[in-house]
Amino acid sequence: MVLLTLIAVITIAVIRVHNLFAVVVLFSAYSFLMASVMLVLDAPDVALTEAAVGAGISTVLLLGALHLTRTSETPPRFSNWLPLVVAGGIGAMLIWGTWEMPGFGLADTPVNTGVGSAYLERSYPETHVPNVVTAVLASYRGYDTLGEVTVVFVAAIGVLMLLRRPGEKED
Amino acid sequence: MRLDVVLRVISKLFIPFILIFALYVQFHGHYSPGGGFQAGVIFAAAIVLYAIIFGLDAAQRVMPPRLVEFMVPLGVLIFAGTGVASMILGAAYLDYDPLLPYAVDGQYWGILLVEFGVLVTVTGAMIAIFYAFAARGRT
Repeated sequence: MVLLTLIAVITIAVIRVHNLFAVVVLFSAYSFLMASVMLVLDAPDVALTEAAVGAGISTVLLLGALHLTRTSETPPRFSNWLPLVVAGGIGAMLIWGTWEMPGFGLADTPVNTGVGSAYLERSYPETHVPNVVTAVLASYRGYDTLGEVTVVFVAAIGVLMLLRRPGEKED
Repeated sequence: MRLDVVLRVISKLFIPFILIFALYVQFHGHYSPGGGFQAGVIFAAAIVLYAIIFGLDAAQRVMPPRLVEFMVPLGVLIFAGTGVASMILGAAYLDYDPLLPYAVDGQYWGILLVEFGVLVTVTGAMIAIFYAFAARGRT
C-alpha cells in the first residue's frame, strides 16, 4: 500500500513537472518502486527485469534521446480535455474490469487449478530445472520466448535504421 | 577526461562485479530468478556505464560496433537453430528431449542453449541502441 501510494505520488509529479530531465529521473524512481511491488508480490523474475530494464537501460536511453532534443516540454498545441477524458474513461473501464477478478492468491482460481499446477508438478521431473519460471519460459513456452527474442531483434534493427543517417560510414 | 575521479574509480571497481553478476543471473537462472533477458540487460548496463564514464570510444574498443550488431541476429539464430536441431533429431520444433541421450539432460541443456541465445540478442540489441543514440549526439 505504501509502495502504491508512492507510485501514485510519482505519477502526479510526472504530470506536473515540465522539465523532461526531472521526468526521466522520476520515471526511473517509478520503475524501482514497481520492481519493489513485484518483489512484494513474490515475482522476483519480473522485479529483476523491471529494475534492470525500466530503471537502468530505459533511463539511459531516454537521457540519450533528451540529449538530441530540448529538455523542457513544449506547451501543448491543443486542449488537454479530450485526452484526459479518453484516459479517464479507459482507466475507469479497467477498474470496472477488476471487480470480477477473483481475490489474489485464491486456491480455486483457473490460474492455480489448471495449467499452473500442472507446470509445478511436471517441470522438475521433466526438465530437472528447479526454477519453474525458467522451465516454463524456455521449454514449455519456447515459442513465446522465441517470439520475444525476435521482437527485440526487430526493434534493434528498427532503431538502428532510424538513428543512423543515410550514407553514414559504419566504423 | 575532466570527470569526477570518484565516479571513475567507483565504476572501475563496480564494472567487473556487474559483469560477473550478469553471468551469474544467466547461468544460475536454472536455480534462482533470472535468465537470458535479465542477464543481457545487466551485461549491457555494464558496458553502457563504461561508455558513460570513460567515453564512447573506449567502450567501442571493448565492444566494437560490428561485433555488437553481429550479436543481434546471432542470438536469434542460436535460439531458432536449437529448434531446428531438435527437429533434425526427430522431435517437434523446440522440443529439447532428443538433444542428449537422456530426455531430462536434453531439456536442461536445451534451456541453457536457448537462454544463451536470448542473452546474446538482448545484450547486442541494448548496446547497439545505446551506441546509435550516443554516436548521433556526438556530431
